[in-house]
Amino acid sequence: MAVKEEVVDILNTIIGEDISDQMDDDFFESGLLDSMATVELLLDLETKFDIQAPVSEFNREEWNTPNKVVAKVESLIG
Amino acid sequence: MLNLQPYADPKYFVILLLALLPVAIGLYFGKRLNWYEVVVSLVFIFLMFDGKKYHEGVALVGYMIWQWLLVWAYTLYRKKANGTVVFYIATFLSILPLILVKVAPAANWTHVTSLLGFLGISYLTFRSVAMILETRDGSIKEFNPWLFLRFMLFMPTISSGPIDRYRRFVKDITTVPDRQKYTEMLEKAVWYFFLGFLYKFVISYILGTVILPQVENLAMLSASVHHGWTWWLVPVMYTYGFDLFFDFAGYSLFAVATSYVMGVELPMNFNKPFLSKNLKDFWNRWHISLSFWFRDYIFMRLVFLIMKKKWIKNRVTTSNVAYIANMLIMGFWHGLHWYYIAYGLFHGVGMAINDAWLRYKKKHHVPHNKFTEAFAIFITFNVVMVSFLLFSGFLDKLWFK
Repeated sequence: MAVKEEVVDILNTIIGEDISDQMDDDFFESGLLDSMATVELLLDLETKFDIQAPVSEFNREEWNTPNKVVAKVESLIG
Repeated sequence: MLNLQPYADPKYFVILLLALLPVAIGLYFGKRLNWYEVVVSLVFIFLMFDGKKYHEGVALVGYMIWQWLLVWAYTLYRKKANGTVVFYIATFLSILPLILVKVAPAANWTHVTSLLGFLGISYLTFRSVAMILETRDGSIKEFNPWLFLRFMLFMPTISSGPIDRYRRFVKDITTVPDRQKYTEMLEKAVWYFFLGFLYKFVISYILGTVILPQVENLAMLSASVHHGWTWWLVPVMYTYGFDLFFDFAGYSLFAVATSYVMGVELPMNFNKPFLSKNLKDFWNRWHISLSFWFRDYIFMRLVFLIMKKKWIKNRVTTSNVAYIANMLIMGFWHGLHWYYIAYGLFHGVGMAINDAWLRYKKKHHVPHNKFTEAFAIFITFNVVMVSFLLFSGFLDKLWFK
């Protein structure tokens, strides 16, 4: 599976609804993702892709849409 | 001897802006006068802690040496190894002076207070601890003694924040905003100064200095004949709550405006908190730099730890435990008084209830419109006001003194 699909999959599970049609929506603004869900996301990404994404690297402006998360993960794997 | 408390009176603003004029002219022409900024900052910090407050000044110097050595040593260590115990010891040592100062009044250690205490110790500790945590994460890799001092002793925020972040601050202080951007910052600074004057010297003066003592007296009188309960608590509560906001938001506007003049885009501390739709929303709008500090360095880290170590399986329990721990720590930070701790507990439990409601609302598709939203704002506002009454310590005076 491509990175994008796997990230969307993880996000869907955490958020509890399908977000694949809102890839550029700010999920902090819409309240879909809170701090708690953010930590779950970081942990899931860590296990799934074997990447290190510590909490203090988590800058909300760089992680606030599904597409940006995908880009971040790709850069961390690369 | 001349002693200047930050933003305390009109004289301070005149002296401050005159002293910062060369900085502003420099920035306008694309040049940052680093040495001059440092000298001005040190002079203002000296004037804060001279005269009768000289012992606070001495405490500040000692505190800075302590933190400087600690962060430096930890960064050196972190380049070679990453032991968990060393990290916890470093964090503890960094908080230790603050803990001693907070425990001292309750334990009656007057010598500790006069030896270690100074105005702003909490806010400096937030900055220093955050640096240790980010060094642990590998987000900060080098110790730059010069930038460390500039970050810790950034003059506009030294006494009460807003709490900036090291990496964000360094980006601003080592560059110069372009002319258009800087002009916009100056325009905002002027607006913030005047809004701050209105908040702090007009509204907060009327509420806190004129009205509050009167209603507090009436409440005390009435309570003494009515077994500790009185309807006068209602005006005390609202007056105190609004005064708290206008006083602190006014101060924060001054700090942000001053820092804009210095070309540093300090984060804002308040965003219409009394229009919050729920408690979670409130903490995104009230004393933002503090609540985000707690969110990032305590709540999220605690949740991360609990989940990674699988201490608690249930997701809801995890977040509730973290909310209550987070808010209790915030309560203790305010001081070792029952009403601060109760205030922390109140908000911790409040966040848990709030989350339960949000889950219920999502699951059962509770109708949502302008009226329900107005009702939500009304409820949140009053819940917050009750918590401020607790926070004020007035109930302690009313019932136990």
